[in-house]
Amino acid sequence: MNSTPTYDSAARGAPFLRELVELARFRDLLGLLVNNINKTRYRRSALGVLWTLLNPLLNMAVLTFAFSQIFKFDLPHYPVYVLTGLIAWNFFSQTTTYAMNTLIWGGSLLRRIYLPRSIFAVSSIGNGLVNLGLSLIPLVILMLLLGHPLYATWWFLPIAVLLWAMFALGVALFMSALAVFFADVVEMWGVAIQAWFFLTPVMYPKEILPERFIWYMNVNPAHNLLELFRVPLYLGHVPGPNTIAAAVAEAVVALLVGWWVFTSKSNEIAYRV
Amino acid sequence: MTDNDLVISLADVSVRYRVPHERIPTIKEYAIRWLRRRIRYQDFWALRSVSLEVHRNEVLGIIGANGAGKSTLLKVVARVLQPTSGRVRLWGRVAPLLELGAGFDPELTGRENIFLNGTILGFCRNDIAGRIDRIVEFAGLEEFIDAPLRTYSSGMYARLGFAVATDIRPEILIIDEILSVGDAAFQEKSFDRVRSFLGDGTTVLLVSHSLDQIARLCQRVAWLQHGELVTVGPPDEVIARYRA
Repeated sequence: MNSTPTYDSAARGAPFLRELVELARFRDLLGLLVNNINKTRYRRSALGVLWTLLNPLLNMAVLTFAFSQIFKFDLPHYPVYVLTGLIAWNFFSQTTTYAMNTLIWGGSLLRRIYLPRSIFAVSSIGNGLVNLGLSLIPLVILMLLLGHPLYATWWFLPIAVLLWAMFALGVALFMSALAVFFADVVEMWGVAIQAWFFLTPVMYPKEILPERFIWYMNVNPAHNLLELFRVPLYLGHVPGPNTIAAAVAEAVVALLVGWWVFTSKSNEIAYRV
Repeated sequence: MTDNDLVISLADVSVRYRVPHERIPTIKEYAIRWLRRRIRYQDFWALRSVSLEVHRNEVLGIIGANGAGKSTLLKVVARVLQPTSGRVRLWGRVAPLLELGAGFDPELTGRENIFLNGTILGFCRNDIAGRIDRIVEFAGLEEFIDAPLRTYSSGMYARLGFAVATDIRPEILIIDEILSVGDAAFQEKSFDRVRSFLGDGTTVLLVSHSLDQIARLCQRVAWLQHGELVTVGPPDEVIARYRA
């Protein structure tokens, strides 16, 4: 027979790993998708990519206007507290939602041509990371304006972002796999993420919760990851070892489960989308 | 022909679609029915034990009535569907010629879309950068290439798609019923380009309802009926039997 085939449908091997190899082969497409998301989202708007920066700022302004009197005593520099929370939360909610929508957009493509199916979720995360990086600019400006110190513990930020990204990717893959099978998942996720936002101390201090709900904060994975992101920037110390350990475990488990579910279903995806 | 020229090999390939009896669009309904054990499927075999070998430089036509399994066969070769049983092997990269609009983003310019489309077909950026002028010229879109795609006519879309897929020149090109795009002049140009592949290392799979097109382009023709391969052979013979 010939040399080894480029493709063999009978080749065994874990879909878990094969997907990674295929993603590496399509890295140029991945890069384009990451950029195109911003290009197409803002192409027809006058301010363009500036919206990436304005969106969390405007949200912050609204929340500050609404809540700063209530939380004034617990939270000095309340706008900084809110903006750090929103930047982290927007990353999570936007990437997971976008991953589902792009997979469905890419559905017409996946019916005709082979692409590593996870490419849409991965590119959403990539795009989210770019936007997160950009939104740090208004955050720094806000801190300077309010005289909030720029703590040395900013060095911890990349670690927090990495863990957030792993968690978001895991959730995005899991939800996309579901969304392919059930059309109502996208709508449900919109509601769920909204509820999750209010159940997580993004805009309020966790201290306002009654004592009997403290346990709940510890089982809410978004809370630990949020702490990891916010504490070094807002309070200027590295989060405690328990928080770090919990966040690492949550990120790793979410990513492994999401990746496993998605890749083991990925052949069926072509029949469904 | 030696086995060294083998590019596509299908061995005993079958594809089964499981069609749920009723469409179950929501989780709630699915859960209810699952609890009542009332999810029933209907199996539909789109391909049954198809074995086929295609060699380098061949242009193979595929004919058959609607629902005979032609598109499913192409999907299996394009790696979109995993066969339910049997084995598919390919030596070389596959690129399907995509239908109107697939693989394009209307908000991006023609130039950006060439890169998008090219990388979707599995090629790298540098590869495409080196060919972009030729692609634009072949598509005849020099004046419009930096305008967003949503301003294009459907003919311009199709010309761009054809130009990208055929310039990048995959080892295996899949054409599903779309050589009829564009005006007469562009169709002629497309024909010539597919013909120029002959003897140039590219293998083409062509599905068409136009027997005339098949006869003009293909060296061999495969006839599918109800998912089974009736026969493979020279175009005039197979087409004559198909017509009979």
